[in-house]
Amino acid sequence: MNANLVKRTLAAVVATGALAFGMGAAQAEDVKAGFVYVGPIGDHGWSYRHDIGRQAIEAALGDKVTTSYVESVPEGADAERVIRQLAQTGHNLIFTTSFGFMNPTLKVAKQFPNVKFEHATGFKRDANVSTYAARFYEGRYVAGVIAGKMTKSNIVGYVGSFPIPEVVRGINSFMLGAWSVNPDVKVKIVWANTWYDPGKEGDAAKALIDQGADIMVQHTDSPAPLQVAENRGIVGFGQASDMIKFAPKAQLTAIVDHWDEYYVSRAKAVLDGTWESTDTWGGIASGMVDLAPYTNMPDDVKALAEETEAKIASGELHPFAGPIYDQAGELRIKEGEDAPDGMLLGMDWYIKGIDAELPK
Amino acid sequence: MDWLIPLTLTVITASTPLLLASAGELITEKSGVLNLGVEGMMLVGAIAGFAVTASSGSAILGILAAIVAGILMSLIFAFLTLTLMANQVATGLALTIFGVGFSALVGSGFVGFAIKPLPGLHIPFLTDLPVIGEILFGQDFLVYLSIAAVIGIGFFLTRTRAGLILKAVGDSHSSAHAIGYSVIKIRYLATMFGGAMSGLAGAYLSLSYTPMWAENMTAGRGWIALALVVFATWRPGRLLAGAYMFGMISVLQLHAQSAGVHVPSQFMSMLPYLATVIVLVIISSDRAKIRLNAPACIGQAFRPAQ
Repeated sequence: MNANLVKRTLAAVVATGALAFGMGAAQAEDVKAGFVYVGPIGDHGWSYRHDIGRQAIEAALGDKVTTSYVESVPEGADAERVIRQLAQTGHNLIFTTSFGFMNPTLKVAKQFPNVKFEHATGFKRDANVSTYAARFYEGRYVAGVIAGKMTKSNIVGYVGSFPIPEVVRGINSFMLGAWSVNPDVKVKIVWANTWYDPGKEGDAAKALIDQGADIMVQHTDSPAPLQVAENRGIVGFGQASDMIKFAPKAQLTAIVDHWDEYYVSRAKAVLDGTWESTDTWGGIASGMVDLAPYTNMPDDVKALAEETEAKIASGELHPFAGPIYDQAGELRIKEGEDAPDGMLLGMDWYIKGIDAELPK
Repeated sequence: MDWLIPLTLTVITASTPLLLASAGELITEKSGVLNLGVEGMMLVGAIAGFAVTASSGSAILGILAAIVAGILMSLIFAFLTLTLMANQVATGLALTIFGVGFSALVGSGFVGFAIKPLPGLHIPFLTDLPVIGEILFGQDFLVYLSIAAVIGIGFFLTRTRAGLILKAVGDSHSSAHAIGYSVIKIRYLATMFGGAMSGLAGAYLSLSYTPMWAENMTAGRGWIALALVVFATWRPGRLLAGAYMFGMISVLQLHAQSAGVHVPSQFMSMLPYLATVIVLVIISSDRAKIRLNAPACIGQAFRPAQ
């Protein structure tokens, strides 16, 4: 590469950056909210739902707020650059919406003490860094109950993204739900090592179906696994948003994220000057976790699912109610106790009965 | 043996987009043009194919639209690099960045649309044969097209006059120009062919592989296709083998996991790239051999003397 080319390339990069971050001047004291998404908002899943939340802020607070977002930000060095860029361009409330943004968020937060940060699904906080997450495992428990009733081969196929606590907790919760109605269910897990690659997620789903799975569960963001389930004539669950359009015959329900209310309340708190560093973990009861309409299942299964959902919402049922043992046979949660949130947030072990090794 | 047939079927579908895109790029590169915009052209082809199929209900129209879209994208590249003589590497990268954004913009209205996947071939008797029936006679037509294209390209490059002229242009554009061939015109045609094949590869992704539109759905397959051309040392036969090998590695690791084979999945995800590096080392250690196949003028702009 000659010097000229390098110069031109640099100019192009700078121009692209300026475009991406080129925003109008913000009025003082108003909320200027920035969002960092790990995938494209067109993923129809995780990032898409966060963007719905962003739009809710604009709709609720009108001209007191401006929002902007950067999508498809990799979880690595780039994330820190993007977050810092948002902080430098006058954003006073920044949502970083993926687990892998945790350390970059905290690092930038130290350098911008006046900017409020909101990190999704993490566990490290600071004076100006809040964390928030949804108890998706509650939805996954309900899905597990449905799967336990619906499976004929007693093999559930599970497409995982990365073996982080969020995903591991989901697998454990799902299986506890499944075993509560059918102790013979087995789970086969494939790690796609990506949050978003429709082709690879679909291939993972095919591999699981070839191994006998007749229920498809996913913890990746595209509708591909569910779509493969539809084409192969089995059933499964949507992820993050209602995916019924992709699988009208296959979707049993979907675990839907609802960030709207939380986002609006946090933006309001900045406006009122009442923002504080908090840790929010909402479940079915708070509306943060919602289940798409129950479809493609017999009425008795539907009734059982609705009952389970209601019991979790009322607090009568905790998915991680003891006694719960890990794979090594060690008692992790005592009889009569529920798993404390700290344990759930750091969960890096499979419960007893899961016949797979957790990648380290 | 029960697992072998479904595994083979999955490998075929994973390999076909790589094969289509890299076959086109092989011709482009043989003419001496390095178009790094494959990923972008694939994405634009994918959304064009999907949008037209979803609105018209005809997959054939969709595939034609994907080809046209791929050609139009490659024409942007050709105009910039061949007529205006912009740097090919920079222009190719820009084409990919443009393709990612443009396809997302056009496709925003098509997120969440569902279409029927391309139908597989069904020949009575042949498709119903045990074991080989579905593998050999049950694919959709793009799969057969991808293999036919590679065979056709092999024949074209070695057995036809036009193919020899193409290689001459790629190996020494000044000599080809001196004996009266229109270097620019031939490179335009080769680049357009590459665009058409990338468009087709994109259509395969959005119409057959995962019948939906999702932003950035190629997820790096365009770059793998580019690596494949080098991996195959610009030979169609090796391209075919390489595409299927890459497809197999990526699928096999998923199957191994679901079968409970305890190999770190991160390591297995890395394997296709590791394989590329290893083969690159092997082929470049035999310099004379690779030089025979690599187009000597690749990436160089051609300025005809007045």
